Amino acid sequence: MTGQTKGRGTLKSFTISLTINGEEKMVPVMASDTLLFVIRHHLGLTGAKPSCLNGDCGACTVHIDGRPMKSCLMLAVEAAGKKVTTIEGLQGTPIQQAFIEKFAFQCGYCTPGFIMNCQALVEKHPDADDQTIKEWLSSNICRCTSYAEIEEAVKSVLKKK
Amino acid sequence: MLPFDFEYYRPQSLQEAVDLFQSLQRQGKQSMIFSGGTELLTLGRIDLAFTEAVIDIKDIPECNSLQVNEQRLLLGSALSLTKIEEANVFPLLTKISSGIADHTAREKITLGGNICARIFYREIVLPFLLADSQVLLSGPLGERIVSIHDVFQEELRVEPGEMLIQLAMESKYIRAPFYAFKRRQQWETGYPLITIAALKIDQRIRIAISGLCPFPFRSQEIEASINHKGRTIEARIDGALAVLPQPILADVEGSAEYRLFVLHNLLFDVLAALDQVQG
Ligand SMILES: Cc1cc2nc3c(=O)[nH]c(=O)nc-3n(C[C@H](O)[C@H](O)[C@H](O)COP(=O)(O)OP(=O)(O)OC[C@H]3O[C@@H](n4cnc5c(N)ncnc54)[C@H](O)[C@@H]3O)c2cc1C
Repeated sequence: MTGQTKGRGTLKSFTISLTINGEEKMVPVMASDTLLFVIRHHLGLTGAKPSCLNGDCGACTVHIDGRPMKSCLMLAVEAAGKKVTTIEGLQGTPIQQAFIEKFAFQCGYCTPGFIMNCQALVEKHPDADDQTIKEWLSSNICRCTSYAEIEEAVKSVLKKK
Repeated sequence: MLPFDFEYYRPQSLQEAVDLFQSLQRQGKQSMIFSGGTELLTLGRIDLAFTEAVIDIKDIPECNSLQVNEQRLLLGSALSLTKIEEANVFPLLTKISSGIADHTAREKITLGGNICARIFYREIVLPFLLADSQVLLSGPLGERIVSIHDVFQEELRVEPGEMLIQLAMESKYIRAPFYAFKRRQQWETGYPLITIAALKIDQRIRIAISGLCPFPFRSQEIEASINHKGRTIEARIDGALAVLPQPILADVEGSAEYRLFVLHNLLFDVLAALDQVQG
């Protein structure tokens, strides 16, 4: 694979190194596999949810090197050598607790994606103003319309910080 | 998962990327530049895009440059829109960028990818048209630096295998007074009904628009009318509306009549913001 130093394989299939939730794994992927597909079907981590598969809804949001990413918009091979965090990698964080306390979900399908985005937000902008919160939260869709509660959850974590 | 396989290459230098393109061409393989890659991932999934090989340009150092100094601003084509917003080196560019898609999607969408995108809004090009930018292209015939106006007419028109590497502008533009607004049919994310960007330089207002026609544009004729000082504001706007490029879009976002109504009001806003300002 020309110029690809972080993976090995033929031109269409590779074995890539992914640091997933802190654990380094060698993962066989096809070039055409999305990161979402590989996380769910090769690694068995089903927290990131498939929904629009078009970058619109945010249900599949994960972190790549600490930044939010819609995993349907990324090829797995692009993530070679990077640190990937899925909802399974967050445990007992203040934002997860706040979602429970503020009843920030109903059906729960969008929740992992929202939590990943909110976690990146509170880490990157501990002093986030209303405008920044709105801008970040607009990346995800909740069909049960729990938006007000989600915003409250984020604000409660920021306040504690 | 996309419904077809392709070869994936990640060149580490410009030369390697150009050589790759040529080698794939010799093998008769269709190849595609892959920057943010959102076009292939979203359109490929529904069979509206296809390739046999992708050339991912994200590791090419020149495509990741971000330099600003007294003289100029220079941006690499593979910079993500969020990186550009965080650097906030050109407030008009930050404003236009932050209206595109949504924050997380902009982690993936890149400057060059948006300018070269098939989906015709290509909003990020507007500030570069206003700032008479220079573009660096690289391809099988070598490198060239040209004015954006010579290669961007409705879309980026380059030679086969030529890549957009960098865009640059004089620094006077990044400090110029500006006005920008993205009017959507509804909500606060998504494609525009009309996005307008205006900048005042050398006492003249420049205007570029996306979403009005099936391509983004800047028009000398519109600017001539808008800057016609001896006339009333209403007459200047009517004059601008009389020389619009065609066709005016009529689609699910809005009818042609509605778009013209919205544009009329946006031109008022531009004049209210910039007409009396020194620039
Ligand atoms: C959810 C969502 C919402 C969106 N909303 C908007 C919006 O509101 N406004 C808007 O303008 N856009 C919007 N877009 C973006 C747009 O439609 C494209 O998907 C995006 O701009 C492509 O950028 P990319 O970096 O992913 O490019 P890529 O997918 O990598 O490339 C796009 C095209 O350009 C070519 N290309 C890329 N880089 C170069 C280069 N350096 N030289 C030559 N050719 C190149 C590629 O071969 C491809 O054909 C949205 C996209 C998504 C996913």
